[in-house]
Amino acid sequence: MAENVMTVRLKVNGVQHEGRCEPRKLLVDFLREDLGLTGTHVGCEHGICGACTILFNGEAARSCIMLAVQADGAELQTIEGLMQNGKLHPLQQAFHEHHGLQCGFCTPGMLMTALDLLRVKPEPTEADIREGISAVLCRCTGYQGIIEAVKAAAPVLRRS
Amino acid sequence: MKPPKFDYHAPKTVDEALALLTRYDGEAKILAGGQSLMPLLNFRLSRPAALVDLNRIPALAYIKEGDGSVKFGAMTRQRTIEFSAVVAKRLPLLTEATRWVGHLPIRTRGTIGGSIAHADPSAEYPAVLTALDGEVVARGPKGERVLKSRELFQTYLTTTLAADEILTEVRLPATPAGAGYAFEEFARRHGDFAIIGIAAVIVCDAGVARDGRRCSMARLATAGAGPVPVRLRAAEEILEREGLGDDAIARASAKAQELVQPDADIHASADYRRHLTGVLTGRAIKRALTKVARGER
Repeated sequence: MAENVMTVRLKVNGVQHEGRCEPRKLLVDFLREDLGLTGTHVGCEHGICGACTILFNGEAARSCIMLAVQADGAELQTIEGLMQNGKLHPLQQAFHEHHGLQCGFCTPGMLMTALDLLRVKPEPTEADIREGISAVLCRCTGYQGIIEAVKAAAPVLRRS
Repeated sequence: MKPPKFDYHAPKTVDEALALLTRYDGEAKILAGGQSLMPLLNFRLSRPAALVDLNRIPALAYIKEGDGSVKFGAMTRQRTIEFSAVVAKRLPLLTEATRWVGHLPIRTRGTIGGSIAHADPSAEYPAVLTALDGEVVARGPKGERVLKSRELFQTYLTTTLAADEILTEVRLPATPAGAGYAFEEFARRHGDFAIIGIAAVIVCDAGVARDGRRCSMARLATAGAGPVPVRLRAAEEILEREGLGDDAIARASAKAQELVQPDADIHASADYRRHLTGVLTGRAIKRALTKVARGER
């Protein structure tokens, strides 16, 4: 039966999208399955690991503990929106240079979380960075490379 | 996992939301920030017939200052509170406690009303509500009622709010300028729920903070030390009676430890929680006191 299906209209990375889904559909699944934006990863599905972090109206949020219908009318930014004109975003470039990733599973969430952190705290201390990225679990890197990458990206983003 | 099926409603007003709650007769759940409820749905630990989503009710998100208190609409985001200049000035304890609530991406969505109505005793906002002797406003089909912390929290994840009531506002008395405050917490990782948290506010008689160390008002409350947040009144009284010297602080900390009856769980034994209650009470008082002494507001 098609009862209980709702329309969701939202903007992702500046592009308008429309989809239809059950209200119980998680936002992360809507992004991946309905819009084909598989850059955002599904990890723990209960808001702990941070792999699914996106920007919701400009602020980092977990897309696995939001419903797609709640994003109706919202503007989202996902990992797919970071690269511009074939050029890595300065934060992506810094992760590349400082070995801020290994398997890459947490990386989309790590980048979106760090992006929000650097907007809120453009000149973060190392403690700020450690506290900020504690929102995302990484099982490969031991975090040191990620911390170095965020530290390196901060002045570049301040200039841009 | 994925949530079970439910009807979904996103009313635009509190009245519409109340009508929906009445219609579902206890089978609907209120969706505020969703940072606790959505995990419960994903685990299928909760299977409500319907969700009543309050996120489309703009009238529930505000911070208003006046009459010596600050009033928060229940849907005010923790992130908004964290960066609010009014809160930083009038309720610096709340600003400090907010940084302990999950992580920034959680605070983007999480709300003050949701955190309090969820009534997790290890959460920070219930402890702040209890320490500051604040109130919540609940609206139901029969009108409004105002509840103090002790009238609201019953046990783990359980309040006296009826199924057809909505927590609409949180009222916290503004902290006097020049008061000291501290929120101390111990958790295994930053952003985890507190094993123990202590909220403290210290008001000293004008001008004698450093020398006389007289305390005209002390406020202490716990997170994580039992099924509901605990106001440590007998420990506060020691400070108000004996002042803020090291001996009095040690006695108040020891008393705090006696006042709580924490339970053991996978994270910590009851004895360890009692021990931490004493240690963190002492630290909270001392750090609050340094802020008084330095005149930090």
